[in-house]
Amino acid sequence: MNGTNLFKIALRALANNKLRAFLTMLGIIIGVASVIAMLAIGQGSKRSIQQQISEMGSNMIMIHPGAEMRGGVRQDPSAMQTLKLENYEKLSEECTYLSGISPNVSSSGQLVAGSNNYPSSVSGVSIDYLNIRQLSVEQGEMFSENDIRTAAKVCVIGKTIVDNLFPDGSDPIGKVIRCNQIPMRVVGVLKSKGYNSMGQDQDDVVLAPYTTVMKRLLAQTYLGGIFASALTEDMTEEAVEEITSILRREHKLKATDDDDFTIRTQQELSSMLNTTTDLMTTLLACIAGISLVVGGIGIMNIMYVSVTERTREIGLRMSVGARGVDILSQFLIEAILISITGGVIGVIIGCGASFMIKSIAHWPVFIQPWSVLLSFAVCTITGVFFGWYPAKKAADLDPIDAIRYE
Amino acid sequence: MKKIIELQNIKRNFRVGEETVHALRGISFTICEGEFVTIMGTSGSGKSTLLNTLGCLDTPTSGEYLLDGVSVRTMSKPQRAILRNRKIGFVFQNYNLLPKTTAVENVELPLMYNSSVSATERRKRAIDALISVGLGDRLEHKSNQMSGGQMQRVAIARALVNNPAVILADEATGNLDTRTSFEILVLFQKLHAEGRTIIFVTHNPELAQYSSRNIRLRDGHVIEDTVNTHILSAAEALAALPKNDED
Repeated sequence: MNGTNLFKIALRALANNKLRAFLTMLGIIIGVASVIAMLAIGQGSKRSIQQQISEMGSNMIMIHPGAEMRGGVRQDPSAMQTLKLENYEKLSEECTYLSGISPNVSSSGQLVAGSNNYPSSVSGVSIDYLNIRQLSVEQGEMFSENDIRTAAKVCVIGKTIVDNLFPDGSDPIGKVIRCNQIPMRVVGVLKSKGYNSMGQDQDDVVLAPYTTVMKRLLAQTYLGGIFASALTEDMTEEAVEEITSILRREHKLKATDDDDFTIRTQQELSSMLNTTTDLMTTLLACIAGISLVVGGIGIMNIMYVSVTERTREIGLRMSVGARGVDILSQFLIEAILISITGGVIGVIIGCGASFMIKSIAHWPVFIQPWSVLLSFAVCTITGVFFGWYPAKKAADLDPIDAIRYE
Repeated sequence: MKKIIELQNIKRNFRVGEETVHALRGISFTICEGEFVTIMGTSGSGKSTLLNTLGCLDTPTSGEYLLDGVSVRTMSKPQRAILRNRKIGFVFQNYNLLPKTTAVENVELPLMYNSSVSATERRKRAIDALISVGLGDRLEHKSNQMSGGQMQRVAIARALVNNPAVILADEATGNLDTRTSFEILVLFQKLHAEGRTIIFVTHNPELAQYSSRNIRLRDGHVIEDTVNTHILSAAEALAALPKNDED
């Protein structure tokens, strides 16, 4: 039996019952459309969170001194003095998986410029810090290696600082601001980044050479932390291992000792948030999936009724030479045609709905190609699965009984 | 003469609960090419079972059945389906056309299950068959737009389209009024004259006068098998009918 003919036969049978075919399709249409729309919403929110995280920095690795017990009292990690400048220098020399590394020491205090003042903190960093945190200098320029070497009293400031210290809109470049009585010359202004997903103002920053902050502002030799950036996201783990082994060696820790520092990565943060959004996506997809299954049961129902209704037709087809397998194929093709057509319409409606949600509700929506493929595959499988039983029933009819069925 | 159908001591038993019903109790006859045979019998005589057997819809419990030289008894269901498709044309009492389907598409149906016939040849043969039954002007009419006589003509065209070895008609005039019945009989006689082999199962004894041979069944036995030497012309009988009486 030739496939094209069977296809034509199934198509003619469907064309004879357009309304019934459409009503059967409706379940699949709604199922597929909702799966696509739900996954698009889930993926959209995941993407927007990922984007916010990546704006915080590129493959960032944060090293902080670990909290230590002293006489039974757990100390505040920021009071620890275990992370030294030499550690930073060693890491900077030896690490192979890092694209950038910067120490971090910060000194909080009241910033004063002319008659304006604003409470903030000055971060002592290296030049790499810009890349690690994905910052860029909009006006003026970043301080130089030479400034770091000489502990120059220069700084680069964020938009929030500019707005508060120079509210009259005058150009801050070249102006002097004072932090804890130390005057520092503004050499650059950072491009605005707004708030991050944690609600922190990413423009409320003053960057200065770490040497300046350590020697002139704080007069301390230890670091508050070290920021680094792995070469790629996939290399984050290797980078962390490398940093761990170097720091353990530098801190002369025995194999049995716990680390006296903690390392957190951006990956951890993003995987934590991903878990939440993935859970939400799965939940939405499950709900939508149920409607797809209900649609499939709809197909089975209608096909089943249709077999009974068309018993005489089946008997006739058998008497003019249709084999059981031909009848089975015809009904299966009908079921698959219904579900695929429903799937196509569902994909169109699902995508349309996603774009409508995007333009009307302004939700972050992203349609992933695999979600379209998946729902399409599922609805084809649904067609075969739920079409099989009625088709088998039709194929097993006895032509003698079927042809005289009233 | 070429033997189209050869039945040798055909028996068919059905089990109904504990009892065995003997529908056919040993039937033997031979039908040659070009014969127009009527098979008669009251209900319960076994004629439906015989028709099912002849049509390869059913297989006998014992005995040998050769259709166009091929033994049917040992064939599987799919093999018999293919045999029906190539060798047999069915005409039913209640026409059994596909609903909401045009005459041409209905006639094409048997060829749809024969992949050796191309789409263009299929359509051409369907149109030729419809022309030969006098429906050349109603090719695209749907089955619900036709009268009983026209539907039966479509059904006959469908039975002809695969050029079968034998046409099996099951009470083909049973649902039609007298005048239309004769019109259909005229058509069958025309096909007979063209050399086709026709088996016409009926309970109407009058029809025996228009066939070339008559077989009567009772209780699963052949009780009479006579050759009709004085075949009446259905066309004359039709002309003799009072006009506008039954229409």
